[in-house]
Amino acid sequence: MARFLARRIVQSVLVLWASFTLAFVVLYLLPSDPVAIMAAGGGEASAVTDEQVAELRETYGLDQPAWRQYLERLADAAHGDFGQSVANGEPVGRVIAESLPATLQLAGCALLVAALGGGGLALAATWVRRGWLRQALLSLPALGVSAPTFWVGLLLVQLVSFRWGLLPAFGNEGWDAIVLPAITLALPVGSVLAQVFAKSLRTALAEPYAETAWAKGASPARVHLGHAVRNAALPPLTVLGLLLGNLLAGSVVVESVFSRTGLGRTTATAVNSQDIPMVLGIVSFGALVFVLANLLVDLLGPLLDPRLAAERAERAVPA
Amino acid sequence: MNGVNGVTRVAGTAPHQAPSPPAVTPEAGRLAARLGYWLRRPGLVLSVLVVGAVLTAAILPELFTSRDPLTGVPAEKLRGPSAEHPFGTDQLGRDLFARTVHGAALSLRATSLAVAVGLVAGSAMGLLAGALGGRVDDVLMRCADVLLAIPALLLSLAIVTALGFGTTRVAIAVGVTSVAGFARVMRAEVLRVRGTVYVEAAHAAGARRHSVLLRHVLPNAAGPVLVFAAVEFGAVVLAVSALSFLGYGAEPPTPEWGSLVSEGRDYLAGAWWLTTFPGLTIAATVLAANRIARAWEGEER
Repeated sequence: MARFLARRIVQSVLVLWASFTLAFVVLYLLPSDPVAIMAAGGGEASAVTDEQVAELRETYGLDQPAWRQYLERLADAAHGDFGQSVANGEPVGRVIAESLPATLQLAGCALLVAALGGGGLALAATWVRRGWLRQALLSLPALGVSAPTFWVGLLLVQLVSFRWGLLPAFGNEGWDAIVLPAITLALPVGSVLAQVFAKSLRTALAEPYAETAWAKGASPARVHLGHAVRNAALPPLTVLGLLLGNLLAGSVVVESVFSRTGLGRTTATAVNSQDIPMVLGIVSFGALVFVLANLLVDLLGPLLDPRLAAERAERAVPA
Repeated sequence: MNGVNGVTRVAGTAPHQAPSPPAVTPEAGRLAARLGYWLRRPGLVLSVLVVGAVLTAAILPELFTSRDPLTGVPAEKLRGPSAEHPFGTDQLGRDLFARTVHGAALSLRATSLAVAVGLVAGSAMGLLAGALGGRVDDVLMRCADVLLAIPALLLSLAIVTALGFGTTRVAIAVGVTSVAGFARVMRAEVLRVRGTVYVEAAHAAGARRHSVLLRHVLPNAAGPVLVFAAVEFGAVVLAVSALSFLGYGAEPPTPEWGSLVSEGRDYLAGAWWLTTFPGLTIAATVLAANRIARAWEGEER
């Protein structure tokens, strides 16, 4: 296990390095002149004087050759320093750290909604005996994946907040303000989870051990919850690891719809003002979340299915 | 209830048909089978109609509406849906149905461009990786892994930051995020086809490596890659409209599906139709496209 873990950590660091490099290439090498973009701040490039551009070039080290800039930025990033925002001169790391808690709260709630909603739906669909009801339940996730999140959010605001006056439509204040954004953010992720979980539950329920449990007279609850769920949980868990980064990215849209502050809003602002160092920091952070989520899933896997631990131990020995 | 009826009917007719030889010609039989395939899938028929209508609207918007999407009648501003204005009118008195219909052109052009970017770049990547193998394969596929490590929306936002705003740039940004998926599918297909007998035979007959690749491997690997393009289509419509909603797409007066929804936001409390109908159009298009892709995927297997 220790060996498996060590290998996975090395892999994760490599992925992080490569993601940073990709983001650097996109942001610093793709535009013909990043300084002009940053100086213009989303406006017209011609509005900036040559002196201002030269000054910016020096401040952000853009007068140096690309490979030098890359190495310097990489070394800084390895120490957690992503430079300063062009828009307001604040350190990128601090801006991310300050806007993160609100988004973590939102993403955490959304994760809960997605897991409970998606998992519950899949379980309900395999549990019910009526064919038409099962079909209806199984077709719901397809709707969830197809609806644009920004539209779903606005529909919820329209109905729940404006028409029925049940929950606040906008802002960060209070726990009731997080309900609608969390549901909106959870919808696409929860739908995919439901699809994957329903499929793996069906497979698990067709296995001999489920048949045996039925034959021994176990109740539906015992067969589903006691036997099938744990065995069927690994595929949705893996998918969840892949989708966690999407939850973070989805906050860009959801926080904009519900006028919340947080990392998503910060991202939208940074893109609007073409704040290149800020965007580089946020993209790298997104890759970090992705890598950590997958690492976590890899560690949780053997707890669900002990066979995985044995497999990994076996594989680690000859290699 | 339905399923039970279906079963009994089949069971009842089976003994009738069994002794008598088929009276219909093979062509008629095939036609009947095809008709039956569609009749048993009303959802699929509806999906084809929806996608067909949207594609027609994108190419020939005049067929659906004669109104101008850009000029409004101030006296008719913020009117609810009616026979005259099926989707209502916006704050400038512009017909929302006309704006949605004309928006289809821009949104679908962006979607097609994005899918094309992913398809071409990803297929090239996967073809090279699968055909050359070894170190090239390793490097290319690790690149694909990295493209998948950055959440898609964040990656496309980074590209939009670098390239600037506008429909075409948004399309390219979204296309790049789907490159890795295409590369994986293409590589898997190339590896599968390379192991087949006819490729071995072509090699044995002395055909050159690149001609085998282009004449035998590529055509046989293309099917699943095209299916994947169909699967991606719906997701790409959503990604493009999300970026357009955030304001990185076309400039304000030009209608785009995502920006139509965001324009309606300011009138959310009073004019519900301004966000509801364009959003519903996006959702219906994506749902229909996904349904078709799933059916096609089922056929390929």
